[in-house]
Amino acid sequence: MLEVERLEVGYGALAALHGVSLTVRPGETVALVGPNGAGKSTLLKAIAGLLAPRAGLVRWEGTPLTGEPAHRIVERGVALVPEGRRLFARMTVRENLELGAFTRRAQAEKEGRLARIYEIFPRLRERDRQLSGSLSGGEQQMLALGRALMGGPRLLLLDEPSLGLAPRVVETIFGILRQLHGEGISLFLVEQNVQAALTLAQRAYLLEGGRVVGEGEGRILLQDEHVRAAYLGPLARRG
Amino acid sequence: MSAPPISARWREGVDVILAQQLVLGLLVGGLYGLAAAGLSLTFGVLRVLNIAHGELLMLGGYGSFWLFTLWGVDPFLSLLGVGPALFVLGLVLFIVLFRFVVRAHEEIRIKNSLLIGFGLTLVFHTLAIRLWTADERSVTTAYAGAAAKIAGLTIPLSRLGGLILAFAILTALHLFLTRARWGRAIRATAEDWEAAALMGIPVERTYMLAFALGTSLAGIAGGLVSVAYSISPAIGLEWTLKALIVIVLAGLGSLFGSFAGGLLLGVAEAASVVVVGGAYREAVGLLLFLVILLTRPSGLFGGR
Repeated sequence: MLEVERLEVGYGALAALHGVSLTVRPGETVALVGPNGAGKSTLLKAIAGLLAPRAGLVRWEGTPLTGEPAHRIVERGVALVPEGRRLFARMTVRENLELGAFTRRAQAEKEGRLARIYEIFPRLRERDRQLSGSLSGGEQQMLALGRALMGGPRLLLLDEPSLGLAPRVVETIFGILRQLHGEGISLFLVEQNVQAALTLAQRAYLLEGGRVVGEGEGRILLQDEHVRAAYLGPLARRG
Repeated sequence: MSAPPISARWREGVDVILAQQLVLGLLVGGLYGLAAAGLSLTFGVLRVLNIAHGELLMLGGYGSFWLFTLWGVDPFLSLLGVGPALFVLGLVLFIVLFRFVVRAHEEIRIKNSLLIGFGLTLVFHTLAIRLWTADERSVTTAYAGAAAKIAGLTIPLSRLGGLILAFAILTALHLFLTRARWGRAIRATAEDWEAAALMGIPVERTYMLAFALGTSLAGIAGGLVSVAYSISPAIGLEWTLKALIVIVLAGLGSLFGSFAGGLLLGVAEAASVVVVGGAYREAVGLLLFLVILLTRPSGLFGGR
């Protein structure tokens, strides 16, 4: 279980998160929605160890993650698929995947996981030797996801996995997320596609101005007046 | 007012001199390439410009010199000691100094690394004068004068050995960077250190490894310089400059690019000696540096 307690993160004099608290239970899919600049990416980066919080605590499976360097957090089974994929563009698809299994523990299971990921993403197998920079946006997102899975995470943090992708590709990606959820991996996702995120997730948090302003079941939030007005736009109709 | 006829023999003589100079340029160029590869590695991976690179090369040269004069160790063999010794020195320098620099943001990183590098050049320079005096030294082996004669050209064997070894070492390093787990970690960190950390790569240890490898390459290049050429406490700046020129020529990120850039600089310098005279040798490299910066800022072989 992931527990975030009164987390405060700031850039210089600016505070981006003002005491955020939330939890992701084992096997759960949780969405984090909110407007641009609410601090969603900041929260994910702080959990993954890329940003040091000013105050507060992140606990994973009972022990604190805060203060651990990013590479240790990966070893402990928490992986972040960052916004914009951040692939190693000058390396092949295969090399990117193999780097995902850098940790000693992941090395032992590299071959099996690689086969499994090629099974989930046949496109990646076809593009095995291609430079990752030459892939299409959807393929890049698949590779970013596959690369994170190579480390065998129990919690996957996803930052805008559907950003800039065609609707059909978004469907594929969300289908795979549903499949991962079925395999028992916990998912915590930040998503601007609120409709898709709230449909996928069991629970969701609303983050505005660096504070959690709401929490609830995905399907129920989807009906909420405030959520509909703020994130789904005037055209959204009550389904 | 017509010019006096130039005799054919004279013209042939110029051709031979030019060819001979080009061969020598190629031979020294391999060492330029090796020196540049080390600097390019630390610059490309850590985003830190170690301007004491030439001084590290100088220390490597004295290492070989000492091993030879004190214990009679063959200079090519002594690289097996000099390489690891400079690797360890690199580890120490990273832990004591550069570790704190790489934690800073890009601009501060570069500025601070320049300051630290400048300090190190002074320290190493003074240290070398204390230990080995300011005299020029070189390792004079029994085979020092040996040379192959091919088509009227003289090829000094020590220098040829240096060129071949430089190429072999860069090939080995290339294989390490493309095949080995830690080698790939270095490349990943160079491309995007945050993404690398998200793969579970310990970024600071990767920086340390890359820095130590860069220092080790400088040391090995220095050893080769001491056999085929000469060393003195003052050669550091000159070699740092050569390495920088080659990096600008070749662009960052390719070892063989560095090697080719080194050969090119060596040949260009050699040609200039024949065409405009030895006095302008150093100026030619700097001129190339300027022209490339103005016309192809990412280097001849650099991507993007």
